[in-house]
Amino acid sequence: MAYSIKVLDHYENPRNVGSFSKEEPGVATGMVGAPACGDVMKLQIKVGRNGVIEDAKFKTYGCGSAIASSSLVTEWVKGKTIDQALDIKNTQIAEELALPPVKIHCSILAEDAIKAAIADYKKKHGEQAVTG
Amino acid sequence: MLKLPIYLDYSATTPIDPRVAEKMMPFLFEKFGNPASRSHAFGWESETAVEEAREEVARLVNADAKEIVWTSGATESNNLALKGAAQFYAGKGKHIVTVKTEHKAVLDTCRELERQGFEVSYLEVGENGLLDLDVFQAALRPDTILVSVMLVNNEIGVIQPIAEIGGICRDKGIIFHVDAAQATGKVAIDLASLKVDLMSFSAHKTYGPKGIGALYVRRKPRVRLNAQMHGGGHERGFRSGTLATHQIVGMGEAFRLARLEMDAENERIRRLRDRLLHGISDIEQVYVNGDLERRVPHNLNVSFAYVEGESLLMAIKDLAVSSGSACTSASLEPSYVLRALGREDELAHSSIRFTLGRFTTEEEVDYAIKLLHEKIGRLRDLSPLWEMVQDGIDLRTVQWAAH
Repeated sequence: MAYSIKVLDHYENPRNVGSFSKEEPGVATGMVGAPACGDVMKLQIKVGRNGVIEDAKFKTYGCGSAIASSSLVTEWVKGKTIDQALDIKNTQIAEELALPPVKIHCSILAEDAIKAAIADYKKKHGEQAVTG
Repeated sequence: MLKLPIYLDYSATTPIDPRVAEKMMPFLFEKFGNPASRSHAFGWESETAVEEAREEVARLVNADAKEIVWTSGATESNNLALKGAAQFYAGKGKHIVTVKTEHKAVLDTCRELERQGFEVSYLEVGENGLLDLDVFQAALRPDTILVSVMLVNNEIGVIQPIAEIGGICRDKGIIFHVDAAQATGKVAIDLASLKVDLMSFSAHKTYGPKGIGALYVRRKPRVRLNAQMHGGGHERGFRSGTLATHQIVGMGEAFRLARLEMDAENERIRRLRDRLLHGISDIEQVYVNGDLERRVPHNLNVSFAYVEGESLLMAIKDLAVSSGSACTSASLEPSYVLRALGREDELAHSSIRFTLGRFTTEEEVDYAIKLLHEKIGRLRDLSPLWEMVQDGIDLRTVQWAAH
């Protein structure tokens, strides 16, 4: 399969690989996918008191397009408020990486990972998010 | 000097041996006659070449040349054998037995026979990939007319017990077909002693050209088939169509070389395969798929746990290999062969097939070992599953959000 230059770039040089300690303040984790399906993405965000995502990290088990999609969203969510991050759509990810139709599910999974991480944040920090 | 990428996919196809290509050449130029032309020297010359090649194919498997029918390849041979026998013997019964790990050319042909009104049992294999004889015996019925079991599996290289299966079939008067596409030149085949009625061959898996194969059709006791290709009545009516002389000559030469060289070649390839296995065995959580003893020396199919196969293929693009993971469809299904072994899905998704061959060198194997060490580590650093396992989490207890 031919990969786009952007997929190859993210695959060869993935951005923001790693993990935050789950105990660190402001850290929330989204884990989506299943090993049986061949894709698991873990996206972590670190949200400041002002509700802005200061940092993000990922780890992904999956094909090159899945790795590239999650690497890309770590770049995109940084500096956004959680509400702005929720506006990231899978179609934007697919377009940026020029994913072929058979790989669209990778971009959907990346969007789901953002949503899952933010849901986790709201669950843990619901009060602060509203007042902060 | 190492030339990249390194070809380690000999079970997909092999390059034509230069000696084979040499032998084919004249039949593309001056010796162009139609072997069916009986009225002049051009035809006679081609016919002689075709019959010599038939003799060579027969000799590799200890059969009579009259039992060899030329086809376009193993897929056609499987189609002719299964449809031809099922249709001819349909009056005796409608039940067919095969195995879940067969090649698609057998499985899909069986599906077609189901649409034609036959009933097919697809047998499970053990976790070593081998068919258990008790399971096999239990599947046979009074109306079973045909059994198809491959000799060597294309994905995991395991060797099925066809001698025993043949004995059982012969006792019960059931026609026994064997797909031997992956076996020629790798395991000794003696059709004088094996109780096999039909056997499919391919040239391009054994250093011959693509587009040519053969079907062995036993004469004693005689096996009958309904032709699937009608026309001029070539190949004693089994398969009409002008013979591709150059391809046939190539297959004959490839099989002749296989007969002469297979013992020494298999010894050399086994050493290389063992070198590869030994070289990667210090990587954590590497699992060999399929029985390691009852297996051709060319094949090594391994799962690198917690690393997805397609991303691994990308990482080791200097190696031309196959993955059991097919993350290209919406269903994301891993290899049906590995699933049939009962492999967990994540291990099936993490599998790579290395197949070595005539032109594989020690230097190439060493390069592959080094590359795998580098890349597996990198991909595991990226893998959330690997991280969880390192943290002592049992992945089977995790509630996954399936998608």
